[in-house]
Amino acid sequence: MSGRYRILLPVISLAVLLAAVFYLQPRAMSYFGLNLLFNLAVPIALATIAQMMIIMVNDIDLSIGTFVSFSACVTATFLNDTPLLGAAILIAAILAYAAIGALIHLRELPAIVVTLGMSFVWGGVAVLLLPSPGGAAPGWIRTLMTVKPPLVPMAVVACVLIAGVTHVLIMRSSTGTLLRAVGGNTKAVARSGWSVMKLKAGAYALAGVFGVLSGMCLVGLTTSADANIALRYTLLSIAGVILGGGEFTGGKVSPVGAVIGALTLALAGSFLSFMRLSPDWQIGAQGAILILVLAVRLVFSRRGRKWKGAENG
Amino acid sequence: MELATGAGALKPDAPLVALSDARVHFGAVRALDGVSLTISPGECVGLIGHNGAGKSTAVNVINGGLTPTGGSVSYVMEDGSQGTGAVAARAAGIRSVFQELSLCPNLTVLENLRIPHRDLTGFGWRKTAAQRISKALGELFPGHRIEPGMAVGDLTLAERQMVEIAAGFAEGATPARLVILDEPTSSLDASIARQLLAHVRRFCSSGGAVIFISHMLGEVFEVATRIDVMKDGKIIDSRPASGFTQQSLIDAMGHVASEKTDVRAAVEAGDRIGEEVLSTPEGLSARRGEIVGLAGLAGHGQAEALARFFMSRSGALSKVRTPDVAFVAGDRGRDGVMPLWSILRNLTLTHLPSLVRNGLIDRDAEARLGADWKARIGIRTDNMNNPILSLSGGNQQKALFARALASTAPIVVMDDPMRGVDVGTKQEAYELVRREAESGRTFLWYSTETEEVCQCDRVFVFRNGLISAELTGAAINEENILAASFEMQGAAE
Amino acid sequence: MAKSPLPAMLGIVTRPWFWAFAASALAFIATLYLSDGRGGGELLAAALTFASFSAIVGIGQMFVITLGPGNVDLSIPATMTLAGTLALKFMGGETGLIVPGLLLALAVGLGAGIFNYLLIRLLRIPPIIATLSASFLYQSLAIWWNRGLRIKPPEVLADFTTGALIGIPNLTVIGILIAVVSWVVLERSLFGRWISAFGQNTRAARLSGVPVEAVRAITYVSSAVLAAFTGYLLASFSGGAALNMGTEYLLISIAVVVIGGSSIAGGNSNVPGIWGGALLMFLVVSMLNSYGFGAGVRLIMTGTIIIAIVAAASGKGRSA
Repeated sequence: MSGRYRILLPVISLAVLLAAVFYLQPRAMSYFGLNLLFNLAVPIALATIAQMMIIMVNDIDLSIGTFVSFSACVTATFLNDTPLLGAAILIAAILAYAAIGALIHLRELPAIVVTLGMSFVWGGVAVLLLPSPGGAAPGWIRTLMTVKPPLVPMAVVACVLIAGVTHVLIMRSSTGTLLRAVGGNTKAVARSGWSVMKLKAGAYALAGVFGVLSGMCLVGLTTSADANIALRYTLLSIAGVILGGGEFTGGKVSPVGAVIGALTLALAGSFLSFMRLSPDWQIGAQGAILILVLAVRLVFSRRGRKWKGAENG
Repeated sequence: MELATGAGALKPDAPLVALSDARVHFGAVRALDGVSLTISPGECVGLIGHNGAGKSTAVNVINGGLTPTGGSVSYVMEDGSQGTGAVAARAAGIRSVFQELSLCPNLTVLENLRIPHRDLTGFGWRKTAAQRISKALGELFPGHRIEPGMAVGDLTLAERQMVEIAAGFAEGATPARLVILDEPTSSLDASIARQLLAHVRRFCSSGGAVIFISHMLGEVFEVATRIDVMKDGKIIDSRPASGFTQQSLIDAMGHVASEKTDVRAAVEAGDRIGEEVLSTPEGLSARRGEIVGLAGLAGHGQAEALARFFMSRSGALSKVRTPDVAFVAGDRGRDGVMPLWSILRNLTLTHLPSLVRNGLIDRDAEARLGADWKARIGIRTDNMNNPILSLSGGNQQKALFARALASTAPIVVMDDPMRGVDVGTKQEAYELVRREAESGRTFLWYSTETEEVCQCDRVFVFRNGLISAELTGAAINEENILAASFEMQGAAE
Repeated sequence: MAKSPLPAMLGIVTRPWFWAFAASALAFIATLYLSDGRGGGELLAAALTFASFSAIVGIGQMFVITLGPGNVDLSIPATMTLAGTLALKFMGGETGLIVPGLLLALAVGLGAGIFNYLLIRLLRIPPIIATLSASFLYQSLAIWWNRGLRIKPPEVLADFTTGALIGIPNLTVIGILIAVVSWVVLERSLFGRWISAFGQNTRAARLSGVPVEAVRAITYVSSAVLAAFTGYLLASFSGGAALNMGTEYLLISIAVVVIGGSSIAGGNSNVPGIWGGALLMFLVVSMLNSYGFGAGVRLIMTGTIIIAIVAAASGKGRSA
């Protein structure tokens, strides 16, 4: 029951926001308009999925924004100039993510602080790579990001694809079930003889993979990179997971919801510029929309449970 | 009843698992001090002992979760080969169902089976998992209403325990040959517990083996073929079940308290009980000095009624010094214990606002309060500043009792506080509750054990979230309570 | 019990805040080593001054983090900026308005804290999200109010924030006073006991008669008020409020809490460590600066040190 509500709410909030945008700006209801609206949604969606992998195992990643920036810098420099070396660096970064996951588990470290420290590290490496904005997107990524499929714009197709793949991976596959089990009851998983360290490292590695993909897509869209290109993704990705019905603890996540949450956030930005809102209030309005959606979610979830009213203090 | 397990277990003399002088020492603590035992196919071994006697350690050694620091454990596979270690234990078909629930609430019932069943991979694993768990649930608990696709978090406590037990018996790559049940009926009501006991007997008669740990001696006698009594990390007595009586078993455990508990002086009740001090929308009411019981099958709204009542009468900042009501938790981990704190801090939490002098906590007064209750309630520790988690479950429970009783609250709410507590502690707690009631305190006492409910002055029986009967005086007996718990259910079906 | 000095020393080493101070001392020595010991006084004064800002916001963050998993105040930077901007614009450089300006800043903190709490309480949303969304609103408000103007603080106030009392910077005196009061509140008062209980097991705390909602409200309000106070001081110290003046304090406020040895899982915090963490954060950066490292290396080293300290301080490991 609660599982159904979880996915219904993000869908409704996205639909409402989309309807509002179309009402304000009917021309957005076109191939070109949609492409513009969701232009930056793909990297945000990928970063949100990366964050979800970490939240799934009861941790939180405060470094994802700088990691995506770092990936973008590598993509715009090494991957463009010397593709093999670039790929090796990105793979090493993913392994580093896995190692951090293992370290956090082995030493029982608070993820929030370790990833906070890592955000400095990734940021520092990115600054070393690209002290000033620059670089260039590899041609094939550029082509991929600007491809124009028939009927529906690339951004939408890509998001559906991301949601589908991660849903199968996390919600349906047996490995994904095991990963969610780590978030739900780590002790039970360990007692059945699984290596929680390996599972956590796996979840972090997945986050690394999606973080790298996010950086690559971002460069494909912007054609160049800088060390601060995706700093706000840290907060956006957390907000996206929560908007998508995820919870901070207990392994309760929804990949489809997370992608929809990311789309909602991306759309909120576009919506505000359609409203011709004074730039002073843009950030504030984004906050207000976040609050509004969460308020609606509360009303819905309240209806979901009546019996359990006494359970929560 | 098809049980693949029977096939490999036909050599009656070959044990499934053999412990030889197994020892587990944690520093100076001898959790297991030289235990030798064998379990053969067809046996149901009742493992009995007080809290802290070493049962859990023994279980963890048997299932391979804990490597003994001395002695040996060996498992015999279905094909006759031997092995040691956790992997061998799994291969030998040793399954454990633990006292504290070990399911993942965020996963569905079938997804939870994936954790112990390592062979559930690849395409179509969900279908296999659903079949396995449905079949096991159907065999164990006919008439259950659990779907494999339900999220465990949405199930009641009893249903979760049912799922966990079913997962223990479910068929898998390695069939279950020895199932360890640690307090399996603690959250189940009588009828479901009966279904479980029946299945355990079926399972054993078809060649399976079970280790059955329970504080409910009646259940142990009902299923066990052999009873091993543990004390201080050793097995001190082991006989066929018929060689014990309930009384001799309690004597063997080394406890002096008698089973006979009904020394309640019903006659005095009239003098003691005063005016009505509470009544709730669902019809609960209690008078001053009265012990009011909440009975009925587990999970029928008793705990919720108590929680609602407690929440409605507490929480305001103005009430912290003179609380109306205090709470004794039964689910210690969830509702009671502050795991980082000392015994003392845990004990004084509710009464603490009255110990504030000049804006700061009077720590001498706090220590005095702690020492007073340590003596009154008999918490077994040499230092109240030790961490609360250093205590056994029963002694933690005493600290929680003291937390509520040390306050000035005239009403005390108890949510099945004797769950998993040994007989001796129970007796002491009953005595305490009676004394407190005599001095004018009112108790609202939810219990899953009929024996406890019979200690009350008045009993409300719950069914489906509503009160189905109110019993007083001589009418409080097992028969009436069961009748009120089941009556309408029978009619509905 | 401690008859020989050894157990006493071990006692200090096992304190959760020991590592932060030890590492601070190392960074201090490493910096002085380069200058052959010259400039130690200046470095210490600078460290004490800048650490005061981190320490005050860190103490607010510490109370919030004590409440347990999910409790973090992400609105600290925005609250600092809003309070600093409003107060400085209100004072307009007038000496007579210093106290009303301070009160205004504190009122901004009070308002922000209450708003944060109401979002958490009424919308039942995780505090991280609530304070994050609220911070967007505060940030907008500050932008709208300020219009990019940079107004100088009253001269007396500016002098006070950069001045010193018998060699100790005034800001440090304030920071230490706040720390002492917070220590007493956390360790000796009923409220301290209550937040610890809240952080360990909120449900059990509620069932034991702890007024959990009041505890949470007071905690979030104090965090916001301390942030607003810091914003007021920082804006006066640096000659005017800037819209990005709070940005770096988001990470710093969390970092000093954890480096100081408080448990991020809640229920177990300590105040001295906040100062240790605040000093360390400043001294590490100045050490790397004096060794001539660029921004990139400085960031990498800062991050590595945070992780190393936390790994060393955790002092526990798992076998599997």
